[in-house]
Amino acid sequence: MTEILFLFSTTLMYATPLIFTGLGGVLSEKSGVINIGLEGMMTFGAFIASWVAISHGNPWLGFLAGGFGGLFLAIFHAIASIKFKGNQVVSGIAINSLGTGLAIFFCRILFDGASMTPPLDLEKKIPVFMSQYATVYIAFFVTFLIWFIFTKTALGLRIISAGEHPKAAAAAGINVSLYRYLGVLSSGFLAGLGGGSLSLAIVSNFRPTLISGQGFIALAAMIFGKWNPVGTLCACLFFGFSQALVVYIGGFEDLHISSQLLATLPYILTLIILVGFMKKTTAPSALGQ
Amino acid sequence: MRIKNVLCSLALICSALTLPSISLAAPQKIGMVTDVGGVNDQSFNQSAWEGLQRTKKELGNKVSYQESKQDADYPANLETLFDAKNDLIWGIGFKMADAVLLAAKQNPKQKYAIIDYSYGAKTPPNVVGVMFKAEEGAFLAGYIAAKMSKTGTLGFIGGMSVPIIHSFQYGFKAGAKYANHKINVLEQYSESFTDAAKGKAIANQMLGKGADVVFHAAGAVGDGVIEAVKEKDKMAVGVDRDQNYLAPKNVITSSMKRVDNAIFNVVKDFNEGKFKGGSTIEYGLKDNAVDIAPSTTKMVPSVLLEEVAKIKKLIVAGKIKIPSTEKAYESYAKTLK
Repeated sequence: MTEILFLFSTTLMYATPLIFTGLGGVLSEKSGVINIGLEGMMTFGAFIASWVAISHGNPWLGFLAGGFGGLFLAIFHAIASIKFKGNQVVSGIAINSLGTGLAIFFCRILFDGASMTPPLDLEKKIPVFMSQYATVYIAFFVTFLIWFIFTKTALGLRIISAGEHPKAAAAAGINVSLYRYLGVLSSGFLAGLGGGSLSLAIVSNFRPTLISGQGFIALAAMIFGKWNPVGTLCACLFFGFSQALVVYIGGFEDLHISSQLLATLPYILTLIILVGFMKKTTAPSALGQ
Repeated sequence: MRIKNVLCSLALICSALTLPSISLAAPQKIGMVTDVGGVNDQSFNQSAWEGLQRTKKELGNKVSYQESKQDADYPANLETLFDAKNDLIWGIGFKMADAVLLAAKQNPKQKYAIIDYSYGAKTPPNVVGVMFKAEEGAFLAGYIAAKMSKTGTLGFIGGMSVPIIHSFQYGFKAGAKYANHKINVLEQYSESFTDAAKGKAIANQMLGKGADVVFHAAGAVGDGVIEAVKEKDKMAVGVDRDQNYLAPKNVITSSMKRVDNAIFNVVKDFNEGKFKGGSTIEYGLKDNAVDIAPSTTKMVPSVLLEEVAKIKKLIVAGKIKIPSTEKAYESYAKTLK
C-alpha cells in the first residue's frame, strides 16, 4: 500500500510542472505558433515566483508573479513571431537563453551576487492538501479549463482556426493575430506557473539548474498528447509515472540494476509508445507559418 | 660633505641589498577560470575565489577570475588568463580537465593547477592536480549521522557513480559503521546533478523505508533531498559547503570541501617556489581542506562533538584508514566487529 501511495504521489509531483508547461505549449501551438521557448519561460517564471514569495511572504502572490514572469518573455516571442513573422524556432531558442540569463542577472542584483535564492520556510510555501501541494490540483483544474475552452467555447474554436486555417479565419472576420497573441501569451503564463510550481512546492528555492530540460519534456508531452489538453495531461502523468518507477525500482538494492540504465527508462518507454502506438501526429496545419 | 656622501652610499648599498628580496616578493599573478557555476555559485567556485582573495590579502598576490557560461568557454578563458601573463592559472572543477590539459601542452612554460582532478601518471610537468580526501569529511559526517539516528537506518544519495562521489559514499558508510556496526545504510544514485524532483522522490522513498538521516552528494539534486527531509522533519547531511542555511532545523552537519584552503596552500607554496608540477596533491583533514561544517555545533550535542574531535585526531594521525572505493570499503568492513 505504501508503495502504491509512493508511486502515486511521486507521479503527481513529477508531472505537475510538466502539465502546466505542456498545456502552455498546447495553447501556443493550437494558435499556430511554435513555442520551444517554454524552457526559458519556465526558468524565468521559477525565479520570479521565488523572488516575489520571498520578498512578500505570500506563496500565491509568488506563484501568480511566476506566471507573469513567463508571460513577460512570451511577449518577445509573440512580437517576433506574429508581428515580424520571424522564424519561430530561432525566436524560441533565443527565449531559452534569455530566460536563464535574465533569471541569473536579476538574481545576482537582488540577492547579493548569489545565483540562487534563499530557501523559503515550510509555512511560506504553497500549502499542502491531502498530502499533495495545491499546485497539483490546480494543474488538473487548468487542464479541465483548457479542454472546456477548446471544446465548448467560441474562443477555443477561434484559436484553433488561427492555427489550422488562418486565411479562412481571417476571411471569416476573425482577427488571427489577436488570437495568436492570446495563445502565445497564455502559454508563457502557464510555463511561468510550471516554473513556480517547482520553485515554490517541489523545492523552496530557485537556482539556474532547477529547470534543466522540463520545458522540452513538456513540449514532447504535448506532441505525445496530440496537441490535446487531456492527452497532454496523460502524457505528463505517464512521464511522471515512469520517473517514479525508476526511483522505486532503484530502491531495491538486491536487484543490482545499473542506475544509468534505469535512468533511461522514461525515455525508452516514451520512444516505444511513440513508435508502437502513435499512428499519426496531428499538428495544427498552419503551425509555424 | 663627506659624511653626506657616506650616508648616500650607505643608503644606496642598503637599497641595493634589499632589491633582490623585493624582486623575489614581487606579487605573483594568479588567475582562475570558474566552471559553468560562476563565481557566486555558493559552492566550490565561490570557495575557490575566496581562497584567492585570501592570498591577495595575506600573501600579496594579484588575483583575477574569468567566468565560464558554458563548457565551450574553458579554452578561451584559459587563453585570456595566459595572455594576461598570469604566473599560475587555476581551472576550477573536474569539468575543465581536458581544457587545462590542452592549454598546458600548448604553453609548456605556463604553470597550471586544477581542482578536483588527477591526471595520474600522465600529469604534464607544468600542471598540479588538487584532490580532496572527501572520504575523511564524509567519515565524520557518517559517524555523526549514525549517532544521531533513532531508527538505525541512514540514506545516501549520490549524483553519479563516479570516483569523486564514491569517496563520499564509502567514507560516509565507513563512519556510520564505525559508530554503530549494526547500522543500515540505504544507497541510491539519482544519475543527475540537477533533477531536484528526483532527489526529493528518492529521499521520500528512503524516509518511507525508515531512514531518518539522509546524506547527499548530488549537487542541485540535494535541494530536493533536503526539501523532503524538511517536510517530514527528519535529518539531512549536506555536502561541499555548510548547507545548514537550506533547512536550519534539519541539516545537522555537512561534509565540506574547503577549496579555499587548498588553493591558499598551493598558492603559498607557489610563492615560495615550491610548485609540485607533474603531480597530484591530496588534501585532507590535516590540511583543513575537508571538514565538517561549523554549524554542526548547533544541532549536535557536545558529547558527540567531543567524540568527533577525538576521531579527527585519530584520522590525522593515520590511525583509521578510511576507504574511498567499494573494494577498500569491503576490506574495511571486515575489520569491524
